[in-house]
Parts: sequence; structure tokens; C-alpha cells
Amino acid sequence: MVALLEAKALSAWHGPIRGLYELDLTVEQGGVTALLGANGAGKTTTLRALCNMVRRAGTTTFQGVDISRRSTEDIVRMGVAHVPEGRGTFVALTVEENLRLALHTRRDKAAAMRDRDLVFGYFPILQERLHQQAGTLSGGEQQMLAIGRALMLAPKLMLLDEPSFGLAPLIVREIFRILRQINEHEHVSMLIVEQNAALALDLADTVYLLETGKVVTSGPSALIQNDEALRKSYLGY
Amino acid sequence: MDFFIQQIASGLTSGAIYACVALGLVMIYVSTDHINFAQGEMAMFATYLAWAMINAGVPYWIAFGLTIAVAFFGGLFIQRVILKPLEHAPVLALVVCFIALLSIFNAIAGMIWSYTIKQFPSPFPSHDLFGNGLVSVQQLGVVGVTLVMLGLLTVFFRFTTLGLAMRAAAQNPASARLMGVRVAWMLALGWGLAASIGAIAGMLVAPIVFLDPNMMNGILVYGFASALVGGIGNPMGAVAGGFIVGVLENLVGSYVIGNELKLSFALVVVVGVLLLKPAGLFGRVIVRRV
Amino acid sequence: MTANWANKRGVGAGALLAWAGLALLPLIGFITENTSFDYYMYMGQSMLIYAIAVLGLNLLIGFNGQISLGHSAFFALGAYTTAILMNFGGWPYWATLPVAAVVCFLAGLAFGFPALKLEGHYLALATFTLAIAMPQLLKYKAIAGWTGGVGGVLLDKPDPPEWTGLSADQFLYYLCLFCAMVLFWLVFNLLRGRSGRAIMAIRDHTMAASTMGIDIARYKTVAFGISAGITGIAGALSAITVAYVAPDSFTLQLSISFLVGLVVGGIASLPGCLIGGAFIVLVQNSAQSISDWMKGTFALRYDVPAWAIYGVLLLALMYVLPDGIAGGCARIRAWWTTRGRREAQ
Repeated sequence: MVALLEAKALSAWHGPIRGLYELDLTVEQGGVTALLGANGAGKTTTLRALCNMVRRAGTTTFQGVDISRRSTEDIVRMGVAHVPEGRGTFVALTVEENLRLALHTRRDKAAAMRDRDLVFGYFPILQERLHQQAGTLSGGEQQMLAIGRALMLAPKLMLLDEPSFGLAPLIVREIFRILRQINEHEHVSMLIVEQNAALALDLADTVYLLETGKVVTSGPSALIQNDEALRKSYLGY
Repeated sequence: MDFFIQQIASGLTSGAIYACVALGLVMIYVSTDHINFAQGEMAMFATYLAWAMINAGVPYWIAFGLTIAVAFFGGLFIQRVILKPLEHAPVLALVVCFIALLSIFNAIAGMIWSYTIKQFPSPFPSHDLFGNGLVSVQQLGVVGVTLVMLGLLTVFFRFTTLGLAMRAAAQNPASARLMGVRVAWMLALGWGLAASIGAIAGMLVAPIVFLDPNMMNGILVYGFASALVGGIGNPMGAVAGGFIVGVLENLVGSYVIGNELKLSFALVVVVGVLLLKPAGLFGRVIVRRV
Repeated sequence: MTANWANKRGVGAGALLAWAGLALLPLIGFITENTSFDYYMYMGQSMLIYAIAVLGLNLLIGFNGQISLGHSAFFALGAYTTAILMNFGGWPYWATLPVAAVVCFLAGLAFGFPALKLEGHYLALATFTLAIAMPQLLKYKAIAGWTGGVGGVLLDKPDPPEWTGLSADQFLYYLCLFCAMVLFWLVFNLLRGRSGRAIMAIRDHTMAASTMGIDIARYKTVAFGISAGITGIAGALSAITVAYVAPDSFTLQLSISFLVGLVVGGIASLPGCLIGGAFIVLVQNSAQSISDWMKGTFALRYDVPAWAIYGVLLLALMYVLPDGIAGGCARIRAWWTTRGRREAQ
């Protein structure tokens, strides 16, 4: 397999406080990598550092191109779609406008319209709610909209920040099922941050375990799933 | 009755101009939370440019269009070059900065074109619309230009992806960035549009009040009042507010307090709205961030 | 941006020296033959008056965090109070000063009360409107019998008491200096005490101040009142020294001058108010020479007006010296005193 995204010695700060210590991380082409760990371990910070949303150091390459100094917007335009913590819904825009926003950065309008149908295929509920204000959607629907918005960017890599946050277990399972389909059918690689370790381990092929801004261990998810000591002390099940 | 209709007509005419000023203010407020005290002087300066072009023999409507374009790039420039470094500055620094811009524009206009008042041509004839002395073509023209501009802006914000991106950037900058929207440029674009709208207001009002460097002082205050009445975060509200304030001003001026206290009336409206209904008639409630 | 200077040793001596120096200046008049000396004295009066106005504004903006662009209105109110009392009441000039202060204090309270609900940009907006509306209000026909309408009111310059042996301008300089010293001393003590800490706590963190039991509403309104009162005294002094009031001297541009003085001198700095006051007058007086110099140097076709200079200066200060001249000096001093320590390390 080929590395799609590679971070070397990635560090990050929140103002004066350091949140990440020289992290090495790889996402394979077509693969799903999960970042697991407790609150404050630096998972969200890692995603933000990869997109240059916080002060950071170290090198990041995406498809072999150095993106360490690119702006967030440029990184997104290169094909990295970030589904942020809290879903980033544009509450006063309609669902349709939330999705159409992607057309601002895309030249291939026809392909974009096909992508829209694709989104509706995965999330039919969005088509039903098309002209509703996005702020009136339920949490689960907003999460679907956030993933839909990301899909509209025709990404090669999706960064997902706790897609299960605040959602009912049934909906979480549904969303993870769809994420797997997106990964398999659209060949979108994923880097996913999760509190729900069991679900993430099912979806991911590679796992990084974080504690206070450092990698504790990493490896194929099957290995971690079978290591009971590790599971008990870090993942709590 | 005739007098009353005349007052309404002239109220709607001033209202159209206040609406333009208010719309410019709202445009900047929505995307940056700033109140641009230099909005009036920027409009005045643009109007002088139009005056200079017309005096040099440029046909009115070409000068009109060119001025809007120049104002647009001027606004863009101000945001990118002057305001960008003060992005994270405290409110006081920004207010000082806007006041500085106001002084500079006023002084430069006075320096180049002097403080003597000048005639500014109107593209509309001043004669009556129906020959009964109630509504003039000029008044209708001012309201018409404003409505056309509003229509164009509505189409832009509602149906183009660029307009959509600007709205998204104003609403949730962080999330807009993650959709690949260059938020910093959207702010600059907002400034450019605000400057253009202001220029239109200036060119519409100049034939009525005559052109001089202090021409926009009172009008800006009415623009503030209109924006506040409509709810300062709401473009459509600003326009409605403009018409409401324009008509009220004329009626109160002719029937209650006389023309000499019109600015005090604006002061009462501003303070009154801020105190009694800070969200305006059509705005959402202003949430205080902690 | 705190009032640490109030506790530092040596500041008291420095202030005393500065005021003594200012008090000695008029005495030069007895040894100089310079015919424009009286004019310099007049400039000195203006500087002190602006310093007082900036002091009032600084109390509000610098120490309490409420932004006002409307202090020209309170300045006007003070000036007109004095003018009307002197002209129609036949009051002696000195007796009008406390009245002007009280009138402006009350007006400040009245405006400060609605201002309570407004913050930052909104307060700036409301006070901006006040500044624009004021000249028109002063010209209002119904009160023209008192205010003199557009033409304003002409006053007699007070004569100095004979035993002093001073010229009129020397005497008025001392009057301004006396008022300035009293007001600076009062503000200094106000800020050093319990109320001062409350006022500044509100500026630094309103919510925290309120949870500590500070009555935000009362302190903010009173701060607005005192600030307006101080600026009103400056207005009254200006009416006395200029011996003339007219509506168009009290436009938004006057408020902008105060703001310039505030920003140049230093936000939340008392000595900065004096620097700022002097600066405003210096620029106004040398605007013509600056303009001529720029015309010559850059081969300009036009005169460069004072307001362009003010504007560019305000912008430049926001970028390079956001805490004004006084703040800049403080930073240089801090750098100087810690230099030895750094070298030792």
C-alpha cells in the first residue's frame, strides 16, 4: 500500500500550551486509520494540525506533496475534507445551500451534480429536508449533512472528528455503516477520531493510541482488538 | 392631503438613500461585527470621483458605473491593507482606525476639491411625474435605482455560489474554511460591495443636498438609525428600516419638530432602538458572548 | 495597562517637578522681550484645556473601557453653561466653573444610563450620533435667545486681579493650570482607591467584576458622569479663555481631536493626557508649516490639511505604538531597567 497522508514529528500548540508532541502518522491509500484515546489526548488537535488550523511544527505530506505550509483552504482544495468537531453546520443556510457551497471550489459542475446525487443515495433524508434550514435538523441529520458536505468536495481523504458525538447508538451504527460504504465504493481514505473505540476498531484497519499528546502504541486494528491488556487500560472495554 | 403625499414621496426618496447607506453598514457588520464609521466619507469620496469624471466629459451613466467599480476596489484595498493587520485588535483600536479613515477621506476630499459646495448632476429630470406637483421623476429615479440594486444583490447572494460562499463565511468562518472558502477574501469582498453600495448612495444624494466633503455626516447618522431599526444583522431589515426612517423623518420634520432638529431626531431613534429593541424590528436578538 | 505607576516610587516626585515646571513657564514673560509671548501663553492655555478634556475621556475609555465619540457635546455643554451664566446672569467667570461641572456631570449621568446597555461598537455609535447632532441642537431657534443661534455668544475676557501684576493671558494660564492640577489630583486619587479598582476591573472583565459584587451599573454611569463633568470644565475654561462660543466649534472633529490626544498620549495614562493635550495644539498650530514642508519636499500640488495628518497618525499609532507615547516611554524604561539583569544572565 502507498501512503496517502504522512505526518512526521507533528507538534501543535493551543496558544502557549503544547497539545501534541512529535507525532508520526500515516494514512494508507484507501485505508481507514483511527485515532483513539481519552479526552484531551490530542486527537482533535492532530486533525487540526494536519489542516493547519492551529500553530504547528513538523512536516505533513499529502500524495507526496509537502502541505506543511499550505493554508487550510488550499489543503481542503487538494482533496482533504475535514468533518469538524460539532459538525460545522451553516445553521441559517438551507440543506441545499450547505451542499451547494462545495460548488464554490469546484470547476467540474457536472461531476458535482453527480456527487450530489451520490450524497442523496447515501443519505436520502437530506433530500427530504432539502429546503429546510440546516439549523432545524436533528443531531444525526446534521452529522449526515456534514459528511455529505465533505463528500461534495470529491475528497481523497476524509478527516472525521467524532462522528458519533451526542448521537443515539442506532444512528451511530447507521453512520458507521455508511462510512464503510463510502470508503469501499468511493475509495475515500479516512482518518477518524473516536471516543467509541469498539466501532472505530471495526471500521479502521490501522489504529493509533494517543495519550497526553503522544502515541502510546500503533498497529493493525485487529492486533489492538485482541490485546486485552491494552484494550482494558486505554479503551475501557 | 397633497402636502402629506409630497412628504411621503420625499420621505421614500431619502429612505432609499438611507437604505443604501444602511445596507453598506450591514454588509460590513454581518461579516466582521464592525461598525464602519468611515462608510459615509467613503461614499462622499466616491461621489467626488464621479463628479470629476462627469466634469471631464464622461457621460453620466458611464461615470456612474466606473465609480462603483473604483469604489469596489477601494473597499477591497482598505480591508486587505489597512484592516487586515488589526484583525485581532480590541474594539477601541478598530473604532480609532475607522475614525482615522473618516478624517483622512474628509481631509483629502477637502484638499483636492475644496470645501465649497458643488452642483452634482442628476440623470433624472426634475419635473413632475403626473403634472400635479406631487411626485417628481427624480424621486422615482432614486427609489428605482435603489430597488434595482437591491434586486441585483438579492440575486447575487441567493443564486450565485460566490454569494453563497460569502454568506457561509460570515456565518461560520471556521467551517467555511473547511469547505475551501477563502474567508479572508470574502471579508474583503464584503468591504468592496459595501463601498460600492455607499458610492451609489452618495451619487443619488449629491444632486439633492449638493456635493461637499461633509455631505454624508447627517446621512450616515440616518443610515445608522435605519440599520438599527431594521436589525443591524439583517440586509432586508436595513432596507425596510431605511424607508421607515426616511418617511418618519419627513413627517416628524414637517408636522412636529421642524427641520432644524432632524439630526436630534436621528439621535433619539438610535438611542431609543438600542435601548428598547436592540434587535431592531426584523433582526435576531444580539447574543452577548462571554 | 494597569495603574501600577501609582504605586511606584518616584512618580510623585516626577509629577511634582512637571507641575512646578509648568507653573514657572509664565514667569519667563517677565524676562523676555518676545512680543508673541502672550500668544504662547494662549497656546499653553489651550494645551491645558485639551489635557483636561483628554483626562475626562481617558477616565471613561482608558480606565473604564467605555468608548465615547461624543465628548465634544459635553465640552460644548460646559462652554455654553459658562457663556450663558456670564452673559445673562452676570456671573463672575470662576463661579461658572462648578456649575458647568455639575451640569455636565448630570448630562453625563443621563447619557451614561442608557449607555449601560450598550457596549463597544454600539456605544461608539450612539455617542457618534450625539456628536453629529450637537451643533444642530445648539443652533435651534427656540433657544437662540440664550445660545445666540448660529452666531454664538461673545464674552469679555476676565481681567486679572491687579495685585498679581500678571497679563490677562498669564493669568488665564494660571487659571487653567490650577484647574488641571486639581482635576488630575482628584482623578489620581479616585483611581488609586477602591472605586478606581472597581472602575478598572469593569474594563478588564465585566463579568468577573460583577461576580465580585461590584455594582456595574452604578460605577459605569458614575464614571460616565464624572468623565463628562471633567470634559465640561474644559469646555467652560475654553469659553473663558477664547471669550467666544459658537456651535460650529463643537463638531465631531473636536471629539476626534480628543481621541487623537488620548491615543497619542497613551490610553489609560495620566501623564499621557498632558502629552496628548500639548500634541493636539502643536499639530493644529504647525499644520500650516507641516503642510508647506510636505508641499515643498514631495512637490505636492495641494495643501495638506491637519485632519489628514491626524488620520494618518492615528492609523500609524494603532500599528506601531498602540499604547501611545507614555506607554512607549514606559516600555523603554522597563527595557532599560531589566537590561542589566539580562546581561548578567
